[in-house]
Formats: sequence, structure tokens, C-alpha cells
Amino acid sequence: MSALPTRKDEAFRYADLAALAALWPLPVQDIRVAAGETGASAVVLDGANDAAQDIAITLGDGAEYDLRLLNAGSAYGRISVKVTLGKGAKFHLGAAQIAGGEQTAEIVTEVVHAEPDAVSSQVVRSVLGGKAAGTYLGRVVVARGAVGTDGEQSIRAMLLDRTATANARPELEIYADDVKCAHGCAVGELDQQSLFYLAQRGLPPAEAKKLMLHAFIAEAFVGAGEEEALTEAALKALDAVL
Amino acid sequence: MLEIQNLQATVADKPILKGLSLTINAGEIHAIMGPNGAGKSTLGYTLGGRPGYEVTGGTATLDGADLFELEPHERAAAGLFLGFQYPVEIPGVSFVQFLRESANAQRKGRGEAPLSGGEFLKLAKEKAGLLRMDMDMLKRPVNVGFSGGEKKRAEMVQMGILDPKIAILDETDSGLDIDALRICGEGINAIMRKPDKAVLLITHYQRLLDYVKPDFVHVLAGGRIVKSGGPELALELEEHGYEAVAA
Repeated sequence: MSALPTRKDEAFRYADLAALAALWPLPVQDIRVAAGETGASAVVLDGANDAAQDIAITLGDGAEYDLRLLNAGSAYGRISVKVTLGKGAKFHLGAAQIAGGEQTAEIVTEVVHAEPDAVSSQVVRSVLGGKAAGTYLGRVVVARGAVGTDGEQSIRAMLLDRTATANARPELEIYADDVKCAHGCAVGELDQQSLFYLAQRGLPPAEAKKLMLHAFIAEAFVGAGEEEALTEAALKALDAVL
Repeated sequence: MLEIQNLQATVADKPILKGLSLTINAGEIHAIMGPNGAGKSTLGYTLGGRPGYEVTGGTATLDGADLFELEPHERAAAGLFLGFQYPVEIPGVSFVQFLRESANAQRKGRGEAPLSGGEFLKLAKEKAGLLRMDMDMLKRPVNVGFSGGEKKRAEMVQMGILDPKIAILDETDSGLDIDALRICGEGINAIMRKPDKAVLLITHYQRLLDYVKPDFVHVLAGGRIVKSGGPELALELEEHGYEAVAA
């Protein structure tokens, strides 16, 4: 991948190509977890500079990996991840994107269940304000013969302003029988009933909104090794766009 | 304390309240009964300021302050508590966290010093005890996974913590078993039956009124109060039905 991609490439359809050109080519970070081993990492893009990361994770049989992503802060931030799961491997992704102003944030994942009995779960939460655009493209591929696959995606985006944009595309490509794949995808605004409930107890609207968004974004980091630090960094980014 | 005059309100442009007047003085407990669709819940939501409930005429004042000039959170700070018929579940937000923020926002609005973490927990524990609710439940996300009865008891715990002047309790008795009904009833009495407080109970049935004895009972039908009386009116309604009594 040396040539800069074009918008015809689905994985770059919503990318800020001008910003990406300055960062191209992206070195691929190669993470390999041997059979039966476990690993975890977190990628936090919350600096002022544009940033893009490309990660490839290969899990051996029975290996487990926990990846957390926080994409917030820069004018353009992109994280792409390709995961290949061995037999009985387990992968969990928890990702949060927070963007305001004119920011563009995107996370692109491809999870390949190459062998039987692997489990993947992905939780992606986006909060978008101003004229920001947030994209999540999540593809799950179940290879021929990868029976007993369990793949799950929960994708939710919250729009703070009508001028913000969320692109969310879960995609399943299944070539095997006897698999369990589920995805939920929702783009919306904060629940008015909940906001009224909190207001009726005395919380001013701005605080009620903040409390609910904090809870929403925190879902991405539940159970992470660095749950507290990640949540704190995310809440800081959130307060900056509110 | 609460003075409602000729209140008219619409929901989705449909008139629901059509000239409702009601005066509730400090120290009084009132019950509003009425058939489905009479406007009982609309009354609660309109006074609480729920979006979508539009006041098209009339006035409501709480200790002289025009309620309709205030935002919902300001009405709460002014001393109005609304007990929800269907309390909302809010994942990820714990009772303790949001109630402390709410209580302190109210106190700030009234120019009082905020409660410290320790003071708040002591208060919360005391009120939870009153409703026989385990303090651990208040550390859980708001109403998530609570049974109908637990939600209603949690509403009463919140009322105890927030210490309002007037509580409008919308079908607090629905979804309660016999024991929970008694516990909620006793909770309402312990928290709100005081000379400087008042309660408006919205209910379908006499059974809650066995525990929380009202001073006045009103029948709401077609968006206005069609009959008022003492506690005996509730018994009469239970025996003969709304149609016979309100006719």
C-alpha cells in the first residue's frame, strides 16, 4: 500500500484524503499473539496533530486480545485495524470517537474469523458535535469452514448538533454455516425522557446532558486494564466538545 | 402553597386539561382520582415542565412563584418533586452520583452550601432505610434492572433525599405488591406529612389512600375537576365508579 488510496476504496470513502496525504504511507503496526497467549493495548489519539494509525493483529489458536481505541482531539484522526483470528481465539474492541468543530474522526475495522470457534466483540461509541464527521466502518468476515464463530458488534453514535455527521456501517461477510453474528447500530440524540427525568430531580440541562454522555462514552472502556485512565482521557475530550 | 387556576394544556395540539383549578395548602394531602384519559398524568407532567406538554392558558404558582416561568430543574429547586408513573432507566449513571449532583444543584439554586460526599451518603442511607431499600441498590445505574416495585420505592428514596415542599406522585401505587404498597405509603407519610409540606397523589385506587390518608379527594374527568370532597369521596368512587359519582 504505497499509493494514496482514493474514495473508490470503501475503507477510505469518508477519509480526509488531503490530511491523509501528509501522513502517507502509514507504517503497519504488526501485533502477533502466539497460541494460548493473551495481550492488550490501547491507542489514544488525543493530540493536536493529525494522526493515522494502521494496526494488524494476528491471533494464534486460543489467543486473546483486548484492544481499546480513543480517537479524539485532532482535526483528522484515523485508526484502522485488521484482526485475523485463529481457532478458538478471542478479540474484544472497545472504541470511542469524540469530535467537534470541523474535525473528522474515523475508525475502520476488519475482523476475520479464519478458523472455527473464535469470538469477537466490538463496542464503538461516537459523540459528534459542531460540523464534525465521525465514521465507523466495521467489517466482520467469517471464512469458509469457520463454524462456531461468534461475532458481535454494538455501534452507537450520538449527535450533539444537527450539523454533525455520523457514518456507521456494520458489514458481515459470512461464508460458513453454524455461526452467530449480531450487530446493533444506532445513530441518535440523547433520550429526551431521561433528560427530563434528571432535570426534574434538579439537574440543569447542561449537566444532565454531560452526565448521560459520560455514561455513553464510558461503555467503550468497561473492563479495560486501564479503564480509569482511558475513561478520564475520553471525558476530558468530551468536555472539550460540549 | 400550590395554586392552580383555570389551567389549560395540550399534548401534540390536543387539548387535555380544560380549565383545571386546585389549591393545595401547606400541611395538606390531596388525592386526584379519575378514569383513564382524564388528564391525571398530564397534570403532573405539565406542572413538572415536561417537553411536549404545552400550557395554553391559566396559571400555576408555588409559594407565589410562577411555575411556568421556570425551567424544569428550577421548578425542582423551588421545591416541586414529581414521582413518575414509569421511572426512566438510565444505563451507566448511578443513583448516588446523579442524586448528589441533583441535590447540590438544587441547594446551589437556593443559595445553600453543597453537601459533602459523606453528608450525602449519610442522608441517602437514612432515606433508603426508611423505604427498606439496600444502600447497594443506590450504587447501581438508575432504575436499570429494577422491578416495578423497586422503581417506585427508589422514587420515594429520591423524594426523601431531595426533600421537596410539594410532591406530585403519579400512580405511585401501580405495580406494587401489598408489602411494597405499605412501605411506600409509610415512606410518603414519614417524608411528606409535615406542616410545611404538601402532597398531591394521583391514583386510580383507594388502596394507597388506606395508608396515606388524604385530607381532600378530587375527581378529574374531561380535563377538569368535576367533584371535590373529603376522604369519603374515594370510598364512594370505589363502590359506585366514576360515572355514577361524577355524573
